[in-house]
Amino acid sequence: MSTSPPAVDLDGVEKRFGEFVAVRPTDLTVPEGSFVTLLGPSGCGKTTTLRMIAGLLDPTAGDIRIKGRSVTAVPIHKRNLGLVFQNYALFPHKSVFDNVAFGLKYRDVKRDEVTRRVRDALTLVQLPHVEDRRPIQLSGGQQQRIALARAIVIQPDVLLLDEPLSALDANLREEMRVELKRIQRELGIATVFVTHDQSEALAMSDSVVVMNQGWVEQMGPPEQVYNEPASAFVADFLGHSNILAGRVAGEDGGFVKVITDAGATILCHTRDRAGRPEGERVRLVMRAERLLLAERHDPAPGHSIMDARVRTVDYLGQSARYFLTTTGDAGDPGAGVDLQAINPIDRTPFPEGAAVQVRVRGEDCVLLDGDADG
Amino acid sequence: MSLAWTAIRLGTVLVYLFMFAPVAVVMLLSFNANQFGSFPLEGLSLRWFVALIENDAIVRAFQTSLVLGLLTSVISTTMGVLAALAMVRYDFPGKRLISTALIAPILVPEVVLAVALLLFLQALDVPRSFFLLLMGHVIFTLPFVVLVVQARLVGIRREYEEAALSLGANAFQTFREVTLPLMLPAVLAGMLFSFTISFDDITGTLFWKPGGVETVPTQIFAMLRNSISPEINALGTVMVVFTVALPLLGAALARRLAARMSGR
Repeated sequence: MSTSPPAVDLDGVEKRFGEFVAVRPTDLTVPEGSFVTLLGPSGCGKTTTLRMIAGLLDPTAGDIRIKGRSVTAVPIHKRNLGLVFQNYALFPHKSVFDNVAFGLKYRDVKRDEVTRRVRDALTLVQLPHVEDRRPIQLSGGQQQRIALARAIVIQPDVLLLDEPLSALDANLREEMRVELKRIQRELGIATVFVTHDQSEALAMSDSVVVMNQGWVEQMGPPEQVYNEPASAFVADFLGHSNILAGRVAGEDGGFVKVITDAGATILCHTRDRAGRPEGERVRLVMRAERLLLAERHDPAPGHSIMDARVRTVDYLGQSARYFLTTTGDAGDPGAGVDLQAINPIDRTPFPEGAAVQVRVRGEDCVLLDGDADG
Repeated sequence: MSLAWTAIRLGTVLVYLFMFAPVAVVMLLSFNANQFGSFPLEGLSLRWFVALIENDAIVRAFQTSLVLGLLTSVISTTMGVLAALAMVRYDFPGKRLISTALIAPILVPEVVLAVALLLFLQALDVPRSFFLLLMGHVIFTLPFVVLVVQARLVGIRREYEEAALSLGANAFQTFREVTLPLMLPAVLAGMLFSFTISFDDITGTLFWKPGGVETVPTQIFAMLRNSISPEINALGTVMVVFTVALPLLGAALARRLAARMSGR
């Protein structure tokens, strides 16, 4: 019994530009049919990685395999890839039909077969009636659909998307996100998607690869990357996180007891990271939307509690983002740590200056090793 | 409307009058029936154009200029496009030096360039020939092509070529199908530039032309030394039509190409 090789397999792939290391040695596997997102800020190496898979850049070291075949020495035009750019890159001097048919010219496809496949691709992207138009006559969203049709009509081994939604405006972007995912599912094509937008990454991916400064910080399904960040960078990059420094102060019924430098006591669920010795320095990650605000003195079983005062309210309609400052006992040296909380609004948001109780469940805290980089 | 604006308008009109009135006079006189130029014209005639066609020396000069101009524009444009591609799309050692060297011929005064090339060839004991004249013209038309094509190429995003490559076109197919059509307006403009510059060049041509070969400008120059014949007016008119109408036609063509590309 043989299992088919993964669509894309990076083995120790590295890229240097002179002294500068753009991508540190990276192993990455894109299983057949899956949607993998490279996520990170600009300059993190995600686009460089994509361009190496595409063959637009040669890796300094390592091996790239597509469907089990090493392509490290294969030029781009022999790799059979579908590539979609941020700026569409439709050929402005060709009609929509000729744009989509472009790749078929180099694949020995008969003329009526070309027509049929181009029409199928245009139908798939829901633009069946524009084949005679010029790209410039289409809207940005339509152009990106045509670019997608052009990339998939050649039945590529893997689809490479380089920030394909970033040039679209917000509403269209969300629509295209759903559309892109539908097409990818329908074709069952392995896809590598590059973005700096965390919500795109979470919404679309089977697997998210968070990159920073050429490193892969974390790799995993969206829920895992979101709920269990492996580093402060991941916690910060995916949404708004509060990161508090503290010290392990023993265990309490399956929870690790952490005393923050500000003096608050937080119980934190251990997950699989049990066995932290007492006194060890740790960082505590709490997502802004997992901090629940309440009036003072309500009973809150199962929650750790900090007292705080609302500094600023950012009213967002169905929710509000609060900037808080903790208020410890008078004379507490660590009082005055800043926190962020995003809460749905019941009736009216807490006003600025209000004293509130910040509650957090043990399951919603993640422990990281302490103060590596302050 | 203030006085200052009126003065500026008047000044502008006078400057243009100063530049174009002599040309207009030459063109008008070429249709004059009389031997001696005087106003008002004493009757319209095409006799000087007929004399032109019957003058073997002029017809030969015209043929030489035409062949020289066409060959110059083809060679210059081919080399210029290749040079511009290298400059914009690739990195290599000595790039800036080569870039300067490519543009240098338009920075050096033409007389200096002409004398330098002549002395160089004499030092090598190479006789003057039509081929060397052609090479001379290529040298000083090349910068214009390089500049025009380079400017266009910079504006053509690399993604178009990358998209074509990813779809299976090799480097040459990508050039033919994508890069060349996208920069075609600039290529045509470069061809026209080099043709017109070559067609009415006189300085370099006087130094480089082999004995017995005349181009239209050197022929006019030679004829003026003897007498001012009305034939020269007719020849002037023909030259104006060639060097003005042709670029206008080309520009219109290029505009239509560019417009078609942007889908209008």
